[in-house]
Amino acid sequence: MTNSSDPPEGRVRLAHGAGGRAMRELIESVFLEGVSDPEARAMGDAAALPLGDRFLVVTTDAHVVMPAFFPGGDIGRLSICGVVNDLAMAGCCDVLALTSSVIVEEGYPIEALRRIHRSMQLACVEASTKIVSGDTKVMQKGEIDGVVLSTSGMGLADRVIRDSGLEEGDAIIVTGTLGDHGLAVLSARHALGLEGALRSDVAPLNGLVRAVLARAGSELHAMKDPTRGGVTSALVEMAEKARVSIVVDAQSLPMSDAGRAAAEILGIDPLMVANEGKALIGVARGAVDSVLAELRAHPLGAQAACIARVQRGVPGEVMLDTGFGTRRLVERDDTPLPRIC
Amino acid sequence: MNGLERLEFRDVARGRALQERLDQRLSESNQTVTVMHVCGSHEQAFARYGLRARFPKALQVQMGPGCPVCVTDAPEIDRAVALAERGYRLLTYGDMLRVPGANTSLADARAGGARVEVIYAATQAAEIARGTREPVIFFATGFETTAVATAAVLLKDPPANLFVLSAHKWVPAAMEVVASSPETTIQGYLAAGHAATITGYGLFEAFVARHQRPVVVAGFEPLDILSALLLLVEQVLAGKAEVVNAFPRSVSQAGNQRALRALFRVFQMGDGDWRGIAHVPGGDLCLSSAFAAHDASVQFSADLDAAPRRLPRADAAQCRCGAIMTGRLTPKDCGLFGSSCRPDTPVGACMVSTEGACRIWYEHGQHEVSA
Repeated sequence: MTNSSDPPEGRVRLAHGAGGRAMRELIESVFLEGVSDPEARAMGDAAALPLGDRFLVVTTDAHVVMPAFFPGGDIGRLSICGVVNDLAMAGCCDVLALTSSVIVEEGYPIEALRRIHRSMQLACVEASTKIVSGDTKVMQKGEIDGVVLSTSGMGLADRVIRDSGLEEGDAIIVTGTLGDHGLAVLSARHALGLEGALRSDVAPLNGLVRAVLARAGSELHAMKDPTRGGVTSALVEMAEKARVSIVVDAQSLPMSDAGRAAAEILGIDPLMVANEGKALIGVARGAVDSVLAELRAHPLGAQAACIARVQRGVPGEVMLDTGFGTRRLVERDDTPLPRIC
Repeated sequence: MNGLERLEFRDVARGRALQERLDQRLSESNQTVTVMHVCGSHEQAFARYGLRARFPKALQVQMGPGCPVCVTDAPEIDRAVALAERGYRLLTYGDMLRVPGANTSLADARAGGARVEVIYAATQAAEIARGTREPVIFFATGFETTAVATAAVLLKDPPANLFVLSAHKWVPAAMEVVASSPETTIQGYLAAGHAATITGYGLFEAFVARHQRPVVVAGFEPLDILSALLLLVEQVLAGKAEVVNAFPRSVSQAGNQRALRALFRVFQMGDGDWRGIAHVPGGDLCLSSAFAAHDASVQFSADLDAAPRRLPRADAAQCRCGAIMTGRLTPKDCGLFGSSCRPDTPVGACMVSTEGACRIWYEHGQHEVSA
């Protein structure tokens, strides 16, 4: 609803940042205005530019998370992993370099900045990459909430993987338990005092993806990381772009005990919640067992499971088979968890 | 077992067996049975587990006035908006933020600079009030379940600057309205297990005697719901009208007496308009006069009287929330559903609340169920 005092096109709402339809509409109506480049218009998480017989893959990601420190990670680790994973999902596992901008509020504790920086460095080591350039800005107290990080990254890939490459008959594998990041952040934000081992899954996936790409080769058809909007949003986008239908088997969805308990207590659908260390991988049916074996041999893929199948059906439709019945998975237009990544 | 649904009350094999028995009973009888649930959490569970996709064709399960957010009337929202816009600090549950009043919501008021904060428990309202000297107004909503929590706060030495603007409602009063309607086709009622945990199932005995329609109290896991539906359908087919407690692990005959005593020390029943439904005698829970010092409608009556009257937005007249909440229509019968009325641009309250029928149907893709 609008007030009479509102400007004609309204104002930015939180829903515009939730990763769903409202955000795509904002991007299309504002940021893609006058933009004809097909790579930009594809609205992928990373762009791939031909460079000789290879591709230069570039991406950028801003991070505002409340609280900045949460069980299992912090905004620094998130900022590195977010970019590394966007590159990895495009098939770029060798990350040449990152850049990082820090915007910080006057009065912010320098010790907290040090902690953030240390965890960025550690994440870079895990991802075998480095930050080669940076920028620092300080805003007046109250003009920004704590700290905002913006990170860009680039690397080379021999073959570009798209989130649009699903084929009829494919299976979809998820690399581990679902919902841990969003639930851990939500629990920390509201000091819900949930006991147990609920921790964010934030981790760089390029090592895991490199192993899978080497094993599956051309039988790996599509990849996407289920961040904002969770598995639901990611699968809907994959199904829409590939013009296929997806059926998810609820019984096969991997969850940690702590994540399951938190989702139950909070009444939140874990399929709608952000993950920061998971990938959805579409592979040819025949490659499922070997890809699962490869994933499960890696520490970040121990809980990997095949969760869905791709079929002809209604293009863009994602169904959940609960065992008791079926329902369609639909993206949210708002977010139950604002500002989690 | 790995998976979301490994709990005992989500056992798929048992669920299938119950579904088959339900099918069998109805096909043997060759009748159509229409029942109603009066709880948004039941609709949520139907949607979450895709249960409607496997309901027998001969079974109609209609949605009743089971969402406290949805039945909060536009003038009640307008009163909360008015207090927030006059500069008072207003706290409420998250679901209430975007519920449209006549032509604006608390979220709109907040975007315009009003201080509206979301809380998760009534106790937070008291904590916040204790941390400040300015008046703190808690716009309190919900059925008997959350009303008890509000009552508990007001009974436990509440800070003098805490005020409650009550939009709490009493569900049994609305069931009475539905059952008394001459046009009703409802043959039995599925009662909400959490509300009945407070009120006790004994509360429904007089209702059943009066209307000669069975009531089965149901929990919220798939097996709870399927077994309760089976018990309800069997009663209807046998021409019986009894109260059956199908959620005995939580619900007793007398209910939670301590909670009920707290509830009725703080609140008294008042007549009120429920959005889209009707005037519901005894449906509103108003603060009793003993708590007038904390009653925002008393303490801020001058502010409320001074607030400008709001005119409804143009498409509000096409909203079918009322018919949907009384089981006469389903969301997809409404022309606005999914087009101009969506969770990000709600016209009616049923599209706002996570317990609202329209929102549930929209988000769980119920508008395009394939069996």
